[in-house]
Amino acid sequence: MPLIAVLALAAGTYAFRLAGPVLRHRLRLPGRLRHLLSVAATVLLIALVATSALTEGQGFAGWARPAGVLVAGILTLRKAPFPLIVVLAAATTAILRLLGVP
Amino acid sequence: MHSLWRTLNRGTLRDIALVCLADAMVGAAFGAIAVSGGLPAWVPVVMSLLVFAGGAQFAAVGVVLSGGAPIAAVAAGLVLNARLLPFGFAIGDVLGGRWWTRLTGAHLMTDEAVAFVLRDGDPRRRHAAFWACGLGLFVSWNAAVVLGALAGRGIGDTGALGLDAAFPAVLLALVLPSLTERNARTATLRRACLLGGVVAVAATPFLPAGLPVLLALTGLVLAVRTPSGAEVPCP
Repeated sequence: MPLIAVLALAAGTYAFRLAGPVLRHRLRLPGRLRHLLSVAATVLLIALVATSALTEGQGFAGWARPAGVLVAGILTLRKAPFPLIVVLAAATTAILRLLGVP
Repeated sequence: MHSLWRTLNRGTLRDIALVCLADAMVGAAFGAIAVSGGLPAWVPVVMSLLVFAGGAQFAAVGVVLSGGAPIAAVAAGLVLNARLLPFGFAIGDVLGGRWWTRLTGAHLMTDEAVAFVLRDGDPRRRHAAFWACGLGLFVSWNAAVVLGALAGRGIGDTGALGLDAAFPAVLLALVLPSLTERNARTATLRRACLLGGVVAVAATPFLPAGLPVLLALTGLVLAVRTPSGAEVPCP
């Protein structure tokens, strides 16, 4: 990954972050657009969870990783602390792989 | 800094510390996965300092490691980070009025910091929570990425440790609570997420890396059709 790509991603990201704090007094986004943008953020994050849990390259990631992520989902609904969620998700995946599950 | 600790209560400080610890684990996983996948160590380290957005970093590195073009990696990361735009309009007041606090604070804006700000209505506590979470995460995330990148050379197979599950796990832990409320607005959001997720996974075998996640935005058609503009926004 070339440095210019990292810099482009960084510059664009900073512009997204800075626009609100600088422009919020001069420009008001319409309520409908704000609502759509917040729905879009959640939809993108869930899609990122789904694709990074289930796929690797252009194929299926195997069962061990989605099983770990499923454990994370159950622990989240039970209101477990964040570090425990991450450790048990990775541990589930690691143990399943140790047992020969792809 | 001193007034930060006095303004925030113990529970909020503990929660911020726990989120920093969890994200540090994910940061270490990010550094290790990038380096063991074949990228030079400076890539995850410099990217974390300058981009400082876990989702976009994983997405960009994922695109590159699966053979995608750098331009596709940048596009995937930027589309994910476009959510920071509405965040900035929603919580821009907590950065303070001086230009240099706005320039610094903007870089520290993350999903986690925004979530902590939205938990509280009091302006002083919102301000303190933002800076405590923002600074805490910046230090812990970047330190962890460096450690992960150094360890990544030694770890031949990050998969054996289940590190690839850490990122989707923490992301799910952040988003899931916002999908569990029982009201019409959340029900619409759930349907949009379900459609978007199914479309993204179904498109993965056929499209270059990075594009399937963008295609998830088709889920928005379910949110457009509801007359949400007429609703009174929740405080």
